[in-house]
Amino acid sequence: MILARVTGSVTSADKDPELAAYKLLVVQPLGLDDEPDGDELIAIDRVDAGVGDHVLVVKEGNAARQITGRDRVPLQAVVVGVVDHVDWLAGEER
Amino acid sequence: MHFARVLGPLVATAKIPSLSGYRLSWIEPTDARGRPLGDPLVAVDPGQYGRGEWVYFVTSREASLPLRDPFCAVDAAIVGKVDRVDLEGGTQIVAAEDPTGARAAAGGVHAVADVAVAGPDGAP
Repeated sequence: MILARVTGSVTSADKDPELAAYKLLVVQPLGLDDEPDGDELIAIDRVDAGVGDHVLVVKEGNAARQITGRDRVPLQAVVVGVVDHVDWLAGEER
Repeated sequence: MHFARVLGPLVATAKIPSLSGYRLSWIEPTDARGRPLGDPLVAVDPGQYGRGEWVYFVTSREASLPLRDPFCAVDAAIVGKVDRVDLEGGTQIVAAEDPTGARAAAGGVHAVADVAVAGPDGAP
Protein backbone atom coordinates (compact mmCIF):
# COMPACT_ATOMS: atom_id res chain seq x y z
CA MET A 1 0.00 0.00 0.00
CA ILE A 2 1.09 3.58 -0.48
CA LEU A 3 0.49 6.90 1.21
CA ALA A 4 -1.16 9.41 -1.11
CA ARG A 5 -3.19 12.59 -1.10
CA VAL A 6 -6.54 13.03 -2.82
CA THR A 7 -6.13 15.90 -5.31
CA GLY A 8 -9.37 15.64 -7.25
CA SER A 9 -12.32 13.64 -8.49
CA VAL A 10 -13.20 12.33 -11.93
CA THR A 11 -16.65 12.55 -13.53
CA SER A 12 -17.18 9.79 -16.05
CA ALA A 13 -20.60 8.75 -17.31
CA ASP A 14 -19.31 6.33 -19.91
CA LYS A 15 -17.24 3.55 -18.37
CA ASP A 16 -16.87 -0.18 -18.13
CA PRO A 17 -20.05 -1.59 -16.48
CA GLU A 18 -17.98 -3.23 -13.76
CA LEU A 19 -16.82 0.23 -12.67
CA ALA A 20 -20.25 1.86 -12.79
CA ALA A 21 -20.89 1.80 -9.05
CA TYR A 22 -17.71 3.51 -7.95
CA LYS A 23 -16.60 7.07 -7.33
CA LEU A 24 -13.26 7.84 -8.97
CA LEU A 25 -10.61 9.92 -7.22
CA VAL A 26 -7.35 11.41 -8.43
CA VAL A 27 -4.64 10.49 -5.93
CA GLN A 28 -1.07 11.78 -5.80
CA PRO A 29 1.43 9.33 -4.27
CA LEU A 30 3.57 10.93 -1.55
CA GLY A 31 7.16 10.38 -0.50
CA LEU A 32 8.87 11.24 2.75
CA ASP A 33 8.23 14.79 3.98
CA ASP A 34 4.84 14.84 2.27
CA GLU A 35 6.24 15.65 -1.17
CA PRO A 36 4.57 14.34 -4.36
CA ASP A 37 6.40 11.24 -5.55
CA GLY A 38 5.52 9.86 -8.97
CA ASP A 39 2.53 10.30 -11.25
CA GLU A 40 -1.06 10.77 -10.17
CA LEU A 41 -3.40 7.86 -10.62
CA ILE A 42 -7.12 7.19 -10.59
CA ALA A 43 -8.43 5.07 -7.73
CA ILE A 44 -11.89 4.06 -6.60
CA ASP A 45 -13.02 5.25 -3.22
CA ARG A 46 -14.25 2.82 -0.54
CA VAL A 47 -13.96 5.07 2.52
CA ASP A 48 -15.66 8.36 1.55
CA ALA A 49 -12.38 10.21 1.22
CA GLY A 50 -12.42 13.84 0.12
CA VAL A 51 -10.11 16.20 -1.72
CA GLY A 52 -7.13 17.08 0.48
CA ASP A 53 -7.29 13.90 2.58
CA HIS A 54 -4.20 11.78 3.12
CA VAL A 55 -5.17 8.26 2.22
CA LEU A 56 -3.94 4.70 2.08
CA VAL A 57 -4.09 3.26 -1.43
CA VAL A 58 -3.74 -0.38 -2.39
CA LYS A 59 -2.35 -0.84 -5.90
CA GLU A 60 -2.96 -4.44 -6.77
CA GLY A 61 -5.64 -6.02 -8.93
CA ASN A 62 -6.38 -9.03 -6.78
CA ALA A 63 -6.90 -6.81 -3.74
CA ALA A 64 -9.26 -4.65 -5.83
CA ARG A 65 -11.26 -7.74 -6.81
CA GLN A 66 -11.53 -8.88 -3.19
CA ILE A 67 -12.58 -5.45 -1.94
CA THR A 68 -15.24 -4.97 -4.60
CA GLY A 69 -16.34 -8.60 -4.62
CA ARG A 70 -16.22 -8.52 -8.44
CA ASP A 71 -13.90 -10.95 -10.11
CA ARG A 72 -13.80 -9.08 -13.42
CA VAL A 73 -13.45 -5.49 -12.26
CA PRO A 74 -10.72 -3.88 -14.43
CA LEU A 75 -9.06 -2.02 -11.62
CA GLN A 76 -5.91 -1.90 -9.55
CA ALA A 77 -6.01 1.14 -7.28
CA VAL A 78 -8.43 1.40 -4.33
CA VAL A 79 -8.51 3.98 -1.54
CA VAL A 80 -8.83 1.78 1.55
CA GLY A 81 -8.21 4.20 4.41
CA VAL A 82 -8.06 7.82 5.48
CA VAL A 83 -4.76 8.46 7.26
CA ASP A 84 -4.92 10.39 10.52
CA HIS A 85 -1.19 10.71 11.07
CA VAL A 86 2.11 9.00 10.34
CA ASP A 87 5.04 8.80 12.76
CA TRP A 88 8.41 8.23 11.23
CA LEU A 89 12.11 8.78 11.85
CA ALA A 90 12.98 12.21 10.55
CA GLY A 91 16.31 13.71 9.48
CA GLU A 92 19.42 12.29 11.19
CA GLU A 93 17.44 9.66 13.05
CA ARG A 94 16.85 7.84 9.79
CA MET B 1 -5.95 3.60 -13.66
CA HIS B 2 -4.26 6.38 -15.59
CA PHE B 3 -5.42 9.25 -17.77
CA ALA B 4 -4.69 9.21 -21.51
CA ARG B 5 -5.61 10.87 -24.76
CA VAL B 6 -6.61 8.70 -27.72
CA LEU B 7 -4.26 9.53 -30.57
CA GLY B 8 -6.04 7.29 -33.06
CA PRO B 9 -6.87 3.73 -34.05
CA LEU B 10 -4.20 1.16 -34.78
CA VAL B 11 -5.14 -1.45 -37.36
CA ALA B 12 -3.74 -4.97 -37.12
CA THR B 13 -5.46 -7.46 -39.40
CA ALA B 14 -3.49 -10.50 -38.31
CA LYS B 15 -3.85 -10.89 -34.56
CA ILE B 16 -4.44 -13.59 -32.00
CA PRO B 17 -8.03 -14.95 -32.04
CA SER B 18 -8.94 -13.63 -28.59
CA LEU B 19 -8.28 -10.09 -29.82
CA SER B 20 -10.46 -10.38 -32.91
CA GLY B 21 -13.30 -7.89 -32.98
CA TYR B 22 -11.60 -5.49 -30.60
CA ARG B 23 -10.32 -2.11 -31.63
CA LEU B 24 -6.76 -1.17 -30.73
CA SER B 25 -5.91 2.46 -30.02
CA TRP B 26 -2.67 4.36 -29.84
CA ILE B 27 -2.90 6.43 -26.63
CA GLU B 28 -0.75 9.02 -24.88
CA PRO B 29 -0.81 9.13 -21.07
CA THR B 30 -1.71 12.51 -19.54
CA ASP B 31 -1.81 13.99 -16.08
CA ALA B 32 -5.04 15.01 -14.34
CA ARG B 33 -5.02 18.31 -16.28
CA GLY B 34 -4.78 16.62 -19.65
CA ARG B 35 -1.12 17.45 -20.22
CA PRO B 36 0.96 14.80 -22.01
CA LEU B 37 2.91 12.57 -19.63
CA GLY B 38 5.27 9.88 -20.81
CA ASP B 39 5.49 7.61 -23.80
CA PRO B 40 2.54 6.58 -25.99
CA LEU B 41 1.35 2.98 -25.92
CA VAL B 42 -1.25 0.76 -27.56
CA ALA B 43 -4.34 -0.27 -25.60
CA VAL B 44 -7.31 -2.44 -26.44
CA ASP B 45 -10.39 -0.24 -26.66
CA PRO B 46 -13.64 -2.16 -26.02
CA GLY B 47 -15.61 1.11 -25.71
CA GLN B 48 -14.49 2.30 -29.17
CA TYR B 49 -13.51 5.80 -28.14
CA GLY B 50 -12.67 8.35 -30.80
CA ARG B 51 -9.53 10.19 -31.70
CA GLY B 52 -8.78 12.98 -29.25
CA GLU B 53 -11.05 11.69 -26.50
CA TRP B 54 -9.82 11.88 -22.92
CA VAL B 55 -10.01 8.43 -21.36
CA TYR B 56 -8.53 6.33 -18.59
CA PHE B 57 -6.91 2.94 -18.87
CA VAL B 58 -5.85 0.02 -16.73
CA THR B 59 -2.63 -1.95 -17.22
CA SER B 60 -1.18 -5.42 -16.67
CA ARG B 61 -3.32 -8.45 -15.84
CA GLU B 62 -6.47 -6.38 -15.24
CA ALA B 63 -6.43 -5.15 -18.86
CA SER B 64 -7.87 -8.45 -20.07
CA LEU B 65 -10.83 -8.42 -17.66
CA PRO B 66 -13.17 -6.33 -19.88
CA LEU B 67 -12.65 -8.75 -22.80
CA ARG B 68 -14.45 -11.98 -23.69
CA ASP B 69 -11.39 -13.97 -22.79
CA PRO B 70 -10.18 -12.82 -19.35
CA PHE B 71 -6.80 -14.44 -20.00
CA CYS B 72 -6.27 -12.65 -23.29
CA ALA B 73 -2.71 -11.46 -23.98
CA VAL B 74 -3.10 -7.70 -23.50
CA ASP B 75 -1.44 -5.36 -21.05
CA ALA B 76 -3.45 -2.14 -21.40
CA ALA B 77 -7.18 -1.47 -21.84
CA ILE B 78 -9.23 1.70 -21.98
CA VAL B 79 -12.04 1.36 -19.43
CA GLY B 80 -13.80 4.75 -19.47
CA LYS B 81 -14.08 8.26 -20.82
CA VAL B 82 -13.36 11.35 -18.73
CA ASP B 83 -16.06 14.03 -18.77
CA ARG B 84 -14.57 16.30 -16.16
CA VAL B 85 -11.93 16.42 -13.45
CA ASP B 86 -12.46 18.59 -10.38
CA LEU B 87 -9.17 19.51 -8.72
CA GLU B 88 -8.23 21.19 -5.47
CA GLY B 89 -8.97 24.89 -5.30
CA GLY B 90 -12.05 24.64 -7.49
CA THR B 91 -10.18 24.10 -10.76
CA GLN B 92 -12.25 22.19 -13.29
CA ILE B 93 -10.80 20.43 -16.32
CA VAL B 94 -13.54 19.70 -18.84
CA ALA B 95 -12.94 17.29 -21.71
CA ALA B 96 -13.52 18.78 -25.17
CA GLU B 97 -16.96 17.89 -26.50
CA ASP B 98 -15.89 17.50 -30.11
CA PRO B 99 -12.26 16.47 -30.08
CA THR B 100 -12.40 15.22 -33.66
CA GLY B 101 -13.73 18.49 -35.05
CA ALA B 102 -12.03 21.24 -37.00
CA ARG B 103 -9.48 22.02 -34.30
CA ALA B 104 -8.10 18.52 -34.49
CA ALA B 105 -7.80 18.66 -38.27
CA ALA B 106 -5.97 21.98 -38.12
CA GLY B 107 -3.56 21.26 -35.34
CA GLY B 108 -2.85 17.55 -35.25
CA VAL B 109 -2.58 15.49 -32.15
CA HIS B 110 -1.58 18.13 -29.66
CA ALA B 111 -4.38 20.51 -30.55
CA VAL B 112 -6.91 17.89 -29.53
CA ALA B 113 -5.14 17.58 -26.20
CA ASP B 114 -6.47 21.03 -25.29
CA VAL B 115 -8.86 21.03 -22.39
CA ALA B 116 -10.91 23.86 -20.99
CA VAL B 117 -9.56 24.93 -17.63
CA ALA B 118 -11.98 26.93 -15.52
CA GLY B 119 -11.13 28.74 -12.31
CA PRO B 120 -13.28 28.64 -9.17
CA ASP B 121 -15.60 31.28 -10.63
CA GLY B 122 -16.01 29.38 -13.88
CA ALA B 123 -13.92 31.86 -15.88
CA PRO B 124 -11.31 30.38 -18.22
